Amino acid sequence: MANVPKELKYSEEHEWVRVDGDNATIGITDYAQGELGDVVFLELPEPGEEFKQGDSFGSIEAVKTVADLYSPVSGAVTEVNEALDDAPEKVNESPYGDGWLIKLELTDSTELDGLMDAEAYAQHIEQE
Amino acid sequence: MQNPMPERLLYELSAPGRRGVRLPESDVPEADPLPKKLRRDEPAPLPEVSENEVIRHFVRLSTMNHHVDRDYYPLGSCTMKYNPKLNEVVANHPWFADLHPFSSTRYSQGALQVLYELGEMLKTITGFPAVTLQPPAGASGELTGLMLMKKYHQERGQGERNRVIIPDSAHGTNPATINFAGCEVVEIPSGADGTLDPDALRREADDRLVGMMVTNPNTLGIFESRITEISQIVHDAGGLMYLDGANLNALLGFASPEKMGFDIMHINVHKTFSTPHGGGGPGAGPLCSVDKLDPYLPTPVIREEDGTYYHDWVRPKSVGKMHGFYGNFLVLLRAYAYILATGKDGLEAVARAAILNANYLRVLLQSDYELPYPDRCLHEVVFSADRQAKHGVKALDIAKRLLDFGVHAPTVYFPLIVHEAMMIEPTETETKETLDRFIEIMRRIAKEAEENPELLHDAPATTPVRRLDEATASRKPNVRYEN
Repeated sequence: MANVPKELKYSEEHEWVRVDGDNATIGITDYAQGELGDVVFLELPEPGEEFKQGDSFGSIEAVKTVADLYSPVSGAVTEVNEALDDAPEKVNESPYGDGWLIKLELTDSTELDGLMDAEAYAQHIEQE
Repeated sequence: MQNPMPERLLYELSAPGRRGVRLPESDVPEADPLPKKLRRDEPAPLPEVSENEVIRHFVRLSTMNHHVDRDYYPLGSCTMKYNPKLNEVVANHPWFADLHPFSSTRYSQGALQVLYELGEMLKTITGFPAVTLQPPAGASGELTGLMLMKKYHQERGQGERNRVIIPDSAHGTNPATINFAGCEVVEIPSGADGTLDPDALRREADDRLVGMMVTNPNTLGIFESRITEISQIVHDAGGLMYLDGANLNALLGFASPEKMGFDIMHINVHKTFSTPHGGGGPGAGPLCSVDKLDPYLPTPVIREEDGTYYHDWVRPKSVGKMHGFYGNFLVLLRAYAYILATGKDGLEAVARAAILNANYLRVLLQSDYELPYPDRCLHEVVFSADRQAKHGVKALDIAKRLLDFGVHAPTVYFPLIVHEAMMIEPTETETKETLDRFIEIMRRIAKEAEENPELLHDAPATTPVRRLDEATASRKPNVRYEN
């Protein structure tokens, strides 16, 4: 059973958001990394790039497939997890920790209300 | 580093001074040597081995490799049919094989006739009036097709059209081609039955459309029964319909892509017409199209006048050249030999047998494997390993276990709309006995998944190398040999 931490918000595209004031950290869920299998490469944006909710901000390549990454909230990139360049396996090993992808400065915190909480997301993946 | 493979490399077999062939001293004057700056400072570090070592090396490798001459190869969407040896006899005939590419038109009439007649046969098979044989593989055919479609819109003053629609079940080459041609990919969801959804298409079909790329039968092996309606929607928006011809094997002889409303298509001759393309070797991806795209086909095209064949270079609107000379002649020659040897009725029998074989597997395996789109299929069928996933067994484990029984794995994890997909294409060239053996093996694996999942996680057990670490190979690729 996939791990779904209580304190995070989730999108239907299997990204999670951790909010700290105006800052949002974004990654993919434990369920998503399990479905993808071994991650081998990530294409991530540069700091300063801006994304709207639902925009593709990069892609993730696993042995069996390549998938787009969608931003669950709108904002400007403040930081990118550069450690993943040399160690993409962190996304598999620690999707909610060292395997985070990008940090954004939120432009519209009301968007968070439209995301799922842990309980709703657990149901969502049950139905997948 | 010690080579972990069960066969040593030729470099590892090398010993100084060993030779395969000893040539006599030259008894003619030496030609002027190449300028010094073009010459190597020291000889290339090639392996030094005897003839029998080389022969044994490659024979041993050939027995470790799985190939269609050895056993069953149900790799979905790849049409791994047996390649008749007659093709090789024809292609190796010195009159063809030794023909110099720079021979004049006058002295290459036979080769030009082969190419011309192959083009005419492909026109008959697809229903289209125009053809080029030049693209050197399927993906190159796709790119040529997209370039033609863009050029068509440019010539009509609509060069700002930039969007190409694909369904979410499309082959990966389609979005890659669209990107490479400088267009924007627009993906639409398939309907509940896995086929194209006209309503989803209508929402995206507007004056920004270059066209739509469709595979029919689609990647689930299901015929797109609403294809004429789909074509109409795209045409009403001013777009063009591109057929990815990967699955042409299912249509041979009794369905015409032109009548479905397509404007242009490529043909993978290594699939439908039994030519080799192994290891990315030379291929051919002919394109057939409607008349209005004819002016844009690559230069040259081959014409016939009073029994004489020639290259027509005067094509001012052409997209230009896509490959050297006129594509890969000896590959096209094999396709020509196959079509002539099979004949018109034979091609229809090919499609019927391919469809029958796939449906035989569909019906007999659905008691053991999930079939998410249960409609009658054409030449291939897509199962899901979802039932086995409950025991912790994935499609990949099943694929690896098949290798232990001397069968090639099906395509797995494609199409993307099927969870834990296993895409099986038996082709027409397999006997009922082979299919029955495959069914028996697949049922045994389904049972193993319930009773002994660890066995599947550890598979394959009997191959020259066990399960390879694909993740590390992708993360830290090491493609350089160092002694």
